[in-house]
Amino acid sequence: MNETYDIRTAESHIEVHKFHGGAIIGTMVVIFFLQAFLPQYFHQLAILDLPLLATIYFGLSRRNPSTGLLLGMAIGLAQDSLSGPTVPLGLYGIAKTIIGYLASSIGARLDTEHPAARFALTVLFFGLHQGILVLERRILLAQPEVWFTVRLGIAALINAVVGVLLFTLLDRLRKPS
Amino acid sequence: MVGVPSRHKSIFLLGGMVLLQILLLAAQIKRDAQGRLIRVWTVGAISPFERAGSYGIGSVRGTWGHYFALQNTSRENEELKHENDVLKLQVTQLQSRVSEAERLEHLLNFREAHQEAPMMGARVIGTSADTATRAVYIDRGERDGVQRNMAVITPNGIVGKVIETFSNTAQVLLITDKEGGAGAMLAESRNQGVVGGTGEPLLEMKYIANDDKVDVGEQVVTSGMDRIFPPDLPVGTVAEVKAGNPFKVIRLRPAAKLEQLEEVIILTTLHPLEVKKESAASDPATAGAKASNATSAPGKPATDKNATAQPAVEKPKPPAANR
Repeated sequence: MNETYDIRTAESHIEVHKFHGGAIIGTMVVIFFLQAFLPQYFHQLAILDLPLLATIYFGLSRRNPSTGLLLGMAIGLAQDSLSGPTVPLGLYGIAKTIIGYLASSIGARLDTEHPAARFALTVLFFGLHQGILVLERRILLAQPEVWFTVRLGIAALINAVVGVLLFTLLDRLRKPS
Repeated sequence: MVGVPSRHKSIFLLGGMVLLQILLLAAQIKRDAQGRLIRVWTVGAISPFERAGSYGIGSVRGTWGHYFALQNTSRENEELKHENDVLKLQVTQLQSRVSEAERLEHLLNFREAHQEAPMMGARVIGTSADTATRAVYIDRGERDGVQRNMAVITPNGIVGKVIETFSNTAQVLLITDKEGGAGAMLAESRNQGVVGGTGEPLLEMKYIANDDKVDVGEQVVTSGMDRIFPPDLPVGTVAEVKAGNPFKVIRLRPAAKLEQLEEVIILTTLHPLEVKKESAASDPATAGAKASNATSAPGKPATDKNATAQPAVEKPKPPAANR
């Protein structure tokens, strides 16, 4: 599991990326630190969902659905834990499990290295993530929640822009091919 | 035994993990449990970084900002730049300390003006990981005597209440959160209502009848009816009033600067308090309303006032200024 390897089919050539030891855990700690810390000084940054961006990135890079969903679940549950008792454990866990799975599955079929593809996928996954959260709140928690607001649309675009930059930064943690 | 194709394994795993978490959610709703152990571990892993970051960034930010502000004014004195820079750095460090001291002095003054209320200072070290939740982490926890449902305020106004405690940190739900709120009343008419958060920067005041007169700019203070916040603490200012059905729709601008919280005060008692404003003692209307609150509060024990008049028993810890 330490080398970079390829998924080769008759038609495609998709590279599966590996990361330096401790890179994923280290990134998670930094991501959660920033998520909890940055809005304290720059409250506009509360619009960012850095754990979601990390889930998408590692899902797209690892391209293994099982790894992606387990990583998504771990990130989601950690986010639930840090969100306090108003957010039950599992709310973000379920959403990010599904996102991790889908990101890994899509990453195994498409080339997701281009910034445009990353931007589009991040917008897509942000919307899907939000949809799952609303569904959970409505069905499982019986909480009224709106499906879409302009703020969410703006948040999706901002997260996608930040995501493209963050993904480029995280690419440096990959082991060389 | 029939083997599962490897490409289907991940789908089964996905289904299993989602199902597991749905059961986890259901268990929490049914038992009102909150998976405390997982939360304690996660917060324990992250809070040291937040604490270090809060102190580090705070001091660097103060010094850095002041440094550039002063450096711009010294361009005309290029020949003395080196010497000036050294001096400036010292000055800015002192300024940073002065500004922090001023904030802490403000807290200390507030504390001295309300000696009957046991309280302690705390520093905000982080915010909620959930983008929809308005909550912050503070650097005081169970070891400092912080408990759930304790009121958190600033000298400017109320902030929220403690919703979760850990050994060295606690989480405070801000009044602007959708689930946040407080018993409140209009400062002039003394009409009582409930102030709640909407998840947006402005608060909403409910249950004020359409017939009642409410003016934009009017102050709203706590009523004490929630048994968390003492009466007559500033909640906010009326920013918008509209007729509604059946009650007025009133939006408030919070009195406390909730977007820029750095230091807060925790009222370290779960007994209802009667915190008096400096001007309240001379204001017969306020005093009358307080008396009315004290007698009309449902189920309020007759010894409440006695309980609040015993700060020595609780031995509050010194405020942040003394740390």
